[in-house]
Amino acid sequence: MSLLTRYAGIYAALIRYSLIHEMQFKVNFLLWIVVEALWFGLQLAFMTVLYGHTDQIAGWSRWEVVLLVGCNQFIQQLFHMLFVTNLSNLSELIRKGTLDLLLLQPVNTRFLISVKKFEIGNIANALMGLAVVFYALAQLGRTPSPAQWLGFVVVCVAGLSVHYSLMFLLACISFWTVRAQGIVWGYYNLFNIARLPAEAFPRGAYRAVFTWVLPMLLVSNVPAKLLAQRLASPWEWAALLLMAAACFVASELFWRFSLRHYTSASA
Amino acid sequence: MTPSSANSVSTDPLPAHPPAGLWSKYAHVLSMGVQNTLVYRANFLFRAAFGLVPLMATLFLWQAIYADKPAGVAIGAYTLAQMVSYYLLVTVVDAVTAVAEDDWQIAADIKDGAVSQFLLKPLDYLAYRLCLYLSGRLIYTSVALIPVAFFLFFQREFLVGPASSWGWVLMPVSVLMAALLQFLIAYTVALLSFWVLDVSTFIFIQFAFEFLASGHLFPLDILPDSLHRLLLWTPYPYLLYFPVGVYLGRIQGADLWQGFVLQGVWVVAAFLIARFVWSRGLRKYTAVGG
Repeated sequence: MSLLTRYAGIYAALIRYSLIHEMQFKVNFLLWIVVEALWFGLQLAFMTVLYGHTDQIAGWSRWEVVLLVGCNQFIQQLFHMLFVTNLSNLSELIRKGTLDLLLLQPVNTRFLISVKKFEIGNIANALMGLAVVFYALAQLGRTPSPAQWLGFVVVCVAGLSVHYSLMFLLACISFWTVRAQGIVWGYYNLFNIARLPAEAFPRGAYRAVFTWVLPMLLVSNVPAKLLAQRLASPWEWAALLLMAAACFVASELFWRFSLRHYTSASA
Repeated sequence: MTPSSANSVSTDPLPAHPPAGLWSKYAHVLSMGVQNTLVYRANFLFRAAFGLVPLMATLFLWQAIYADKPAGVAIGAYTLAQMVSYYLLVTVVDAVTAVAEDDWQIAADIKDGAVSQFLLKPLDYLAYRLCLYLSGRLIYTSVALIPVAFFLFFQREFLVGPASSWGWVLMPVSVLMAALLQFLIAYTVALLSFWVLDVSTFIFIQFAFEFLASGHLFPLDILPDSLHRLLLWTPYPYLLYFPVGVYLGRIQGADLWQGFVLQGVWVVAAFLIARFVWSRGLRKYTAVGG
């Protein structure tokens, strides 16, 4: 148990440090919240335009899709808050050789790389996503039971873990290609498809890849379906949990493999 | 350094060189830009290939919408085939004109004080950046050609030629102006670095409006007519929607000529604004590390 409290203590210190750092640039801090809110608004506007021309997309009604976009925003913003900055920083750590310093710390290096900076501002955006979820549920006339909310929390954590593992895996490519900003950008594109109804994709290679290899069509779809009470079978959330575990194992194996290839830039 | 001396220095021709030196100078910048961006070719390939993932998703979304409607039905005057070809052309125009790293580099030049050397050299910063942008686009387009051509091949049934032979003439003109406008907007936003600490928020805010109003997300004429008409007065539609509309023959007659005039006006206006912001910015400039 002492190990857990030790890491909790380290994390608390890192959060405090991030907070102090963030508050040096208050206007910038607020502007980032505005930027994220604007892009969220854009997604909702796109769906509004689409539903101006149709009543349903692949069996999803307007408010069900809004619920999906809200769930996606919630998960994505939590992911930003916890991991995105840190993971996109990995290529810089490798390029400059700063990783040496982290490798020598008496803490799990993957832990340190993953959670070093805590982006507090994204909480505001995650809450906006959650607000849209509540609003859409009200429009749909659904009131999920406590058990369903608990399930929602579990599948959101699983979705978060999928994003984290996949982006970590991608970021590890920078052990080989030193300039890897394209990786972050690439991941943003994958993000984008998570907010669309999985049923809109025809059964075939594309849908299979984005369900069973890069499970983007599970991470937000399953939580939204769970709240909208339209899960076809328990297999859907089982699939998400299974893929979350598989992605995490794959990323850990690749991380260990990559580290063996690390040749420091500075030493 | 005073702003007036800065301006005169940057526009003075090289005294020791013949007038042709002006062109060879920028031709040199162009080739330098090509060499520098070639380093990023793997990055570009990655970027272009990944960019096709959301495009594919958008096309599937539209196919799902059309699937629920009677065959051959049009949404805002677009049949499914026309809708798909709209997005394919947006992808092509975007590959040719989009700003990749330019705005970040300009912001970094200002922050690091690298701009100082342009105030001392007989090199105009805007022209210099334009050359780098053009060379970057050249490399990006040639690299992106591989995945995009591959993709277009699979969607070839939806790929239509221009509505009339005029399309072959008018589209390159409007794409060229779109590229200039795109560059000038990014350049001006990046110049805000003279005043603010971190310009990336402004870049993303600008980009959000651009993404919607340029027609990147959806063709603007599926919007309610009044909103569509209103947007046509802003510079954004002339980045993507207009060149694509010209090619597809959706913009015709008086709208076509009015569109070209407005596109030209916006390019000139953007140039003047860029110059103005630059000269005001230099007054603020403190040459960190310079």
